[in-house]
Amino acid sequence: MKDSPSVEDRDLEPKSSEGKAKIAAFLCKWCSYAGADLAGGSRRKYPANVRIIRTPCSARINPLFVWKCLEEGLDGVLVSGCHPGECHYTEGNYHTRRTFAVFRKLLEYIGIESERFHMSWVSAAEGDKWAEVVKEVVKTVESAGPNKYFSKSEEAHG
Amino acid sequence: MARIGVFVCHCGTNIAATVDVKKVAQAAKSFPGVRFTTDYRYMCSDPGQDLVRRMTKEHSLTGIVVASCSPSLHEKTFRKCTKDAGLNPYFCEMANIREQCSWVHDDREEATSKAIDIVRLTAAKVRKNKPLQTAFIPVEKRVLIIGGGISGIQAAIDIAFAGFKTVIVEREPSIGGRMAMFDKTFPTLDCAACILTPKMVEVSQNDRIKLYTYSEVETVSGYVGNFEVKIRRKARLINEDKCNGCGTCWQRCPVRVPSEFDMNLGKRKAIYVPFPQAVPNVPVIDREHCVYLSKKKCGICKKACPFEAIDYEQEDEIIEEKFGTIIVATGFTMFDHSIYGEYGYGKYKNVTTGLHFERMLNSAGPTGGKVIRPSDGKEAQKVVFIQCVGSRDEARGVPYCSRLCCMYTAKQALLLKEHNPGAEAYVFYIDIRAAGKNYEEFVERVQDEYGVTYLRGRVSKIFERNGRLRVKGCDTLSGAQIEIDADLVVLATALIARPDAPGLAHMLHIPYDQNHLFTEAHPKLAPVETVTTGVFLTGACQSPKDVPDTVATASAASVKACGLLSHDKLPIEPQIARVNVDICSGCLACKDVCPFGAIEKEEIVDRITQEKRWVAKITPSLCNGCGACNTTCRPGAIDLDGFTEEQIFAEVDSLVAGKGDEK
Repeated sequence: MKDSPSVEDRDLEPKSSEGKAKIAAFLCKWCSYAGADLAGGSRRKYPANVRIIRTPCSARINPLFVWKCLEEGLDGVLVSGCHPGECHYTEGNYHTRRTFAVFRKLLEYIGIESERFHMSWVSAAEGDKWAEVVKEVVKTVESAGPNKYFSKSEEAHG
Repeated sequence: MARIGVFVCHCGTNIAATVDVKKVAQAAKSFPGVRFTTDYRYMCSDPGQDLVRRMTKEHSLTGIVVASCSPSLHEKTFRKCTKDAGLNPYFCEMANIREQCSWVHDDREEATSKAIDIVRLTAAKVRKNKPLQTAFIPVEKRVLIIGGGISGIQAAIDIAFAGFKTVIVEREPSIGGRMAMFDKTFPTLDCAACILTPKMVEVSQNDRIKLYTYSEVETVSGYVGNFEVKIRRKARLINEDKCNGCGTCWQRCPVRVPSEFDMNLGKRKAIYVPFPQAVPNVPVIDREHCVYLSKKKCGICKKACPFEAIDYEQEDEIIEEKFGTIIVATGFTMFDHSIYGEYGYGKYKNVTTGLHFERMLNSAGPTGGKVIRPSDGKEAQKVVFIQCVGSRDEARGVPYCSRLCCMYTAKQALLLKEHNPGAEAYVFYIDIRAAGKNYEEFVERVQDEYGVTYLRGRVSKIFERNGRLRVKGCDTLSGAQIEIDADLVVLATALIARPDAPGLAHMLHIPYDQNHLFTEAHPKLAPVETVTTGVFLTGACQSPKDVPDTVATASAASVKACGLLSHDKLPIEPQIARVNVDICSGCLACKDVCPFGAIEKEEIVDRITQEKRWVAKITPSLCNGCGACNTTCRPGAIDLDGFTEEQIFAEVDSLVAGKGDEK
């Protein structure tokens, strides 16, 4: 059996990127992922643009993951962990905070719109906050329009 | 070649109402490596699990994606199912299309499209999953209980009865905690000491229970089954083995200072036991006030002691012990209500708190059971109780209800009337919360039989006039402005977390909330567990609790602790970090970020150059699998099993439609 999808299967590919921002979210499993679960449990509605990738701790989130998302043309990325001081692993999110403070500067330096990268602290008890964070992130990312940074540069160099 | 099966759950209508599950199953057929897809009404039901097992075998699947609820609910279920089907359990991953999809979106098309993406992402991860082996660790069959109040006492008794050894570490010179300070307990009016002290004695006489009083936990390292704990035994300046508690020393001691146990209403000596029933009945010397220690004069106690038990040179001792589990029973403290300037606390001696009042009611207390005005020692005839001081006040206090104040105030008002039938009692309240067995009836009785006046409203101002306290407030039910000239005002202050609670939480790697109360693993289904395996909570350190609730949680935590100790070996999570020594440059940046001290420097002989060099070494039993080292590693020598670079990059790739599908 061949691995590549048939034309018919391709029709089932999501069309969500058309007109709507596609956003990746990296969440630590103890706080933000559990917070997102709670939002579900409480039936809090929010936009369907975000795709969640679960990690043990926000400190596991390699900035290269975020870079790759943006490079591949996703419109925005959210990194979310436990509130500082409340990390399940005591201090993981302090590393996250420092790492991404530098990473944000790098994005600024190379000229990727700051609206595309977001960080938040959402605890396992903050289902409502998670819904609000998603709404805000989607709004901000969409304000920057589709992510053409890398396709543009390919044209420029190509 | 991967052969992945995708099992899409309807969850009744929970998923199927918003997500077109048939379409998801159909779409998943085209994902790389996917060989089988199906949908079913309840995948977690017995027939559902059976379906997963049968199809896994029938289609020789090498990876399973269950598209249903959050992994926090059924990851375990389906990993076991995968194992039963003959696969390594870590070849199963959950695609969360309920909590993070069907429940949060209304638009069916959008939700379906998102569910398809979630399944694609999960399948991409599963393709890169590796078999992981669970290791087992031995279990040290002893329990550490931090805190020797009623909570810790009850837990120790239960655990000892089950046949396991426990150690209680108590900061104060005696166990007993807050309950030892109370006079009577609501709603039955049992004398607190009468029901507590037999338990204290039982603890001291039980061979399976060891007591470290006047001691504190210094550090905790290790993990479930193998906690290594350093305990500081503060120097009492008394040799505990020689002392028999005869009391000669504290009778002779010339120094009198306010007694903390009596809320500073009475006096104690510089060498003292906090209260007569103290366990152990061994005094402690208060370094700050002892004249011998400050001026090298006196030494009367040493001369008087018939057993030569007093040792001014004694020093703190650090002991190290191993434990299998830890129960946190550190209790609460009282809210500092000096912030409520309008109540004049600190300014007016006759404005006190519930705990002060409790000591006054106690016949063994500083006033011999007489309710007095601290200003002049005269018996108080008119007493005003104010509820919710700090509680339910987000702006100045804590947002939560402290749960016991309604009940203990009713009890105190009743006891006041019993001690002095001529006294008048007024209670200002916001709401009466008397939810408990026989609680409502008790409050009714206090009002009807004892004639205590309940006024629904707040007090706006207290000031002194002619030696009495003028209490100005309102009764919102009648709309009347109330002024009472009281002898004594009793504030029902909020129960709050101890100031050092966050420090202990960090030591134990357990979370706490915005009020610094320790957080349970699940508010309903795991109320005494924490997210750190092997650490349990009981009593008011988790949230304000009265005595029955505290005892119940203590017994609950004990069962949990005994459950762990009943195993000779425990499995450890195999999703931990691993070093590829061939790539490791030995920079040890990972060592600095590891919160668990799991990474060490190790000398190896290089495979190629045959020269010695340093590399990082991870101790699997210490690693908690956070992945901080993984992200920090510059050469990419560390990877976290279960969340490898390859797995996460595969997930990222899957988000870009079509990309990565050819691989």
